[in-house]
This record gives sequence, structure tokens and C-alpha cells, in this order.
Amino acid sequence: MKIIAVCGMGIGTSVLLKINAEKVLKMLDIEATVEAADMSTARKASFDAQIILTTPELVESLKGVNAEIISIDHFFDLEELNIKLSKALL
Amino acid sequence: MSILSDSFGDNSIVIKESVTDRSQAISITGELLVASQRVLPGYIQLMLDAVDKFGPYIVIAPGIALAHGKPGDQVLTTGLSLLMIREPIEFKHSQNDPVQLVFGLAATDHDSHIELMAELAEFLSDPYRVNSLLTSSNIEQMRASIA
Repeated sequence: MKIIAVCGMGIGTSVLLKINAEKVLKMLDIEATVEAADMSTARKASFDAQIILTTPELVESLKGVNAEIISIDHFFDLEELNIKLSKALL
Repeated sequence: MSILSDSFGDNSIVIKESVTDRSQAISITGELLVASQRVLPGYIQLMLDAVDKFGPYIVIAPGIALAHGKPGDQVLTTGLSLLMIREPIEFKHSQNDPVQLVFGLAATDHDSHIELMAELAEFLSDPYRVNSLLTSSNIEQMRASIA
């Protein structure tokens, strides 16, 4: 299972998303690798990813990738990540 | 000391009564990264371009923005800077406006600063520590809340 956390530059928001997504995946007992990436890297790397986590502003620009796109409103809200990842993965 | 507090160099934190707009706020955090020898001056434009191109998603939590460019030849070393604005300003974010804390971030690549970001995430998830930062009356107190 591969998940990509995406933001414009791949060093800020996406890394925060990666950190919190890993916490939630551990709670859910799901084995997955989470990579942080910028937009262009994400397009290339997404061919073998199941899920892309990103911010509402970037969803439109990611349209067309194979992975399921999940948009996260509050990066520090583990509950939101938990609900959305559970719905997609369980 | 922590990885988080170590990431702020000398001259990397400032308090302003007000700023004119979000571009000025982002530029100030960029200038602080330059002053603390984290980046070259060209990085500031990359920070502004990121918001112009991808929108205000850098407002990562209510009242808090994380301004950043991308890794590359303008980055000298990984680090953070911080601007606290007494009079909060609009970043045009759908939910998290207005902004009072703007962090500037420089990173040499996509993953070597993960421990720093984990500490930053932990800090920002703690309302007591964030409140102590917001109620600081000077830079020494701000540094103490981050430590």
C-alpha cells in the first residue's frame, strides 16, 4: 500500500500530512508507506499509489491521476484523517 | 533545547504590530531566513510564487501559516523563521483566516527535515503552547514558548 501526501512544494504541508497520516495508519493497524511529494513528483509517482492526500486547493490540479484523491481540511485533526482513511481503506 | 528551537537561528523571529498584506508577511519571514543564513535572497520570490501558483493552502491551521519555497540552490540549510503579527491579516484562506503567526520554512530536500516537522506539528497541535507563543510580549518569551 502506497500513499502520497502532496502539496505545492513537497516540503511543508505534505510533510505534516505524512506525519499525521502515519500516526492514523498505525492506530488503524494498516501497513502503508506514506511519501511526501510536490505536485510534479506526485504525478509521476502516483502510478503505483492507492491514495493521494492533499489540500482542498490542490484537488483540481491533481485530477486525472489513477489514485483516489482524499482532500484534508485540517492537517492537525487526526479524527478527520482517521475517518477519511478508514472510509477509503477499511 | 529541541530540534524545533534549534531550527530558529539568530535574528529569525520578529514581532510586528501590523503588515500590509500576505505578500509582505511572507516576504518578512523570507528576509528572516536570509538574515539567519538559512537561504539566499532569491528564496523569498520562490515563497511568494508558491502562494501565487497554488493558493493560500499554506495556512495550515486557524491563524497559522507555513510559508515556504522549495529545495534548491537558494537553500543553504534547513531552518525556520517566525513572524508574529499583533493585528491578524487575511491570507484569503477559506477557513483558517485571519493569520497571526507566519512561519518561514527552508529545507534542503523533501525528507531530511521530517523530525523538525514532527516537532512543529506537535507544537502546533498543543493549544497551550500556541497560546503562550501568541501572548508573548517579546522575542525572548517567544523563544521560551518554542523551546
